[in-house]
Amino acid sequence: MAKLSKADVEHVAGLAKLDLTETEINKFLPQLSQILEHVGELGKVDTTDLAPTSQTTGLTNVFREDEVKPSSIDLDGALSGTDNTFNGYFKVEAILTERTDK
Amino acid sequence: MKNKLPLTIKETQDGLIKKEFSAVELVDSYLGQIKRYNEEYNIFLTICEDEAYKKAKELDKSGAYATPLAGVVTSYKDIFLTKGVRTTAGSKVLESYIPPYSATSVSRIENAGAIPIGKLNCDAWAHGSSGENSDFGSTKNPWNKEYVPGGSSSGSGAALAANMSLITTGTDTCGSIRLPANYCFSVAIKPTYGAVSRYGVIAMASSLDTVGPIGRTVEDVETVFNVIKGEDGFDGTVTNEERKVKSEKLKIGIPKEFFTGGIDPEVEKTITLAIEVLKNEGVEFKEVTLPSTKYAIDVYYVIQPAEVSSNLGRFDGIRYGNGRDAFGDEAKRRIMLGTYVLSAGYYDAYYLKAMKVRSKIISEVDKVFDEVDALIAPVAPTPPFKLGDKVSDPLTMYLTDVYAATANLCGIPSLALPSGFSKLGLPLGFQLMGPRFSENNLFELGKTCHRAMSYEPKVAF
Repeated sequence: MAKLSKADVEHVAGLAKLDLTETEINKFLPQLSQILEHVGELGKVDTTDLAPTSQTTGLTNVFREDEVKPSSIDLDGALSGTDNTFNGYFKVEAILTERTDK
Repeated sequence: MKNKLPLTIKETQDGLIKKEFSAVELVDSYLGQIKRYNEEYNIFLTICEDEAYKKAKELDKSGAYATPLAGVVTSYKDIFLTKGVRTTAGSKVLESYIPPYSATSVSRIENAGAIPIGKLNCDAWAHGSSGENSDFGSTKNPWNKEYVPGGSSSGSGAALAANMSLITTGTDTCGSIRLPANYCFSVAIKPTYGAVSRYGVIAMASSLDTVGPIGRTVEDVETVFNVIKGEDGFDGTVTNEERKVKSEKLKIGIPKEFFTGGIDPEVEKTITLAIEVLKNEGVEFKEVTLPSTKYAIDVYYVIQPAEVSSNLGRFDGIRYGNGRDAFGDEAKRRIMLGTYVLSAGYYDAYYLKAMKVRSKIISEVDKVFDEVDALIAPVAPTPPFKLGDKVSDPLTMYLTDVYAATANLCGIPSLALPSGFSKLGLPLGFQLMGPRFSENNLFELGKTCHRAMSYEPKVAF
């Protein structure tokens, strides 16, 4: 398997929205490399003709009647985790900016 | 309370019915124990004194002792949502989070008459085998405070050994219920995947997470399991399936792969003794082989971080909790590991491969269950280890769970049973795994074993 590089750690941290310090990157790089090397042992197992398992219940499509049921949380409950609300909505940072070509 | 605290549900309810003590007196005693020792052992993160007294007074007034958990003082791993009571998952991300609803298992336990007394320390997000990954400090093992209590449900094991609760709840994604039970001289069931609803339990790795009780006897754990199991309409994986208890002679497999290499002689000896005890009770034993289980921990350390990275993606600090900079080291490591094995170019080599090896392990285990009714194995390779011993080396810490992974990957139940103490006075035990939904068989085997060994519940102080 490919060896993990510092650029890989930075790339992955970016994908996962983690801001890592230089010290953290230097600490995590050898630890993650060692773990990946260990799990890389799986490459040796013959898995020809085996289907992947993503869950063990054996259930497919669990349905129920499409009807309104009492909810375990109301609007106030759902918003109770933050003070940053407006008119019953969560307030978030803007993700779009003003058009500049107008 | 004049007498010592009762150690089982039956002793508790008998005492209440005979008026030997009141529920309020029980709460007084447990709170006394918590106040005396919690600072030193760091077991509770939140204590619910008002809720406990309110429920106890109601019970003393109503005398409604007929419900299965009437008067049972209970505490929850702090990963179970409790309406109006802070729930942290052991992480600074949720250090001041107050949930607006309760987990199904919490509601069911309380509807069955239990008295909630508080929330228990755990490895942050249930990531760990020792309790040392909690952002609120390590929990110490009441049997010897230089040692770990096992994780990730560290407080759930320790609260029982420290006599701070009659029963506790935990979650097991790879041994996190069984290991603290094993390291704190308690009994625990890691149920079949899909037997108990995970609704309101903060998700770690969704194809592996299970919810279960820890107590001091098989009977108590069975009682709580029967209260929390079954469909709730909120977790689509849950079914009400159940296997009939087999009445004819039971046969247990000894998987030889679980008894090679790094197993501690004292752990091996306690299992050999348990096998002898069960043989005398007429249980038959047979050596079996599960060659691919040696890859279980590697499969686990691909699938679990992959699912963790997805589940922890929701913590953005917008709707509740603090931002992603509040994650501790272990959560960051797992998020990155998971993101890496799912990222373009590595998905097939790691994630898809692990899912296929998982199928291989499942087919071997299924085949063995055609021949035997249960499997006996260690919970961990060693007795409790010292605080600090593995904390700087994540891989060594991960390998603590080498014997735990199989049950989670296969979705099968496993009963952890205490069976003795090491020369250093630390708890020893083992696990019995069975086919899906065979909890009742495991409980019967556990009771037989404990009866034959004249097991008695014990607390450290």
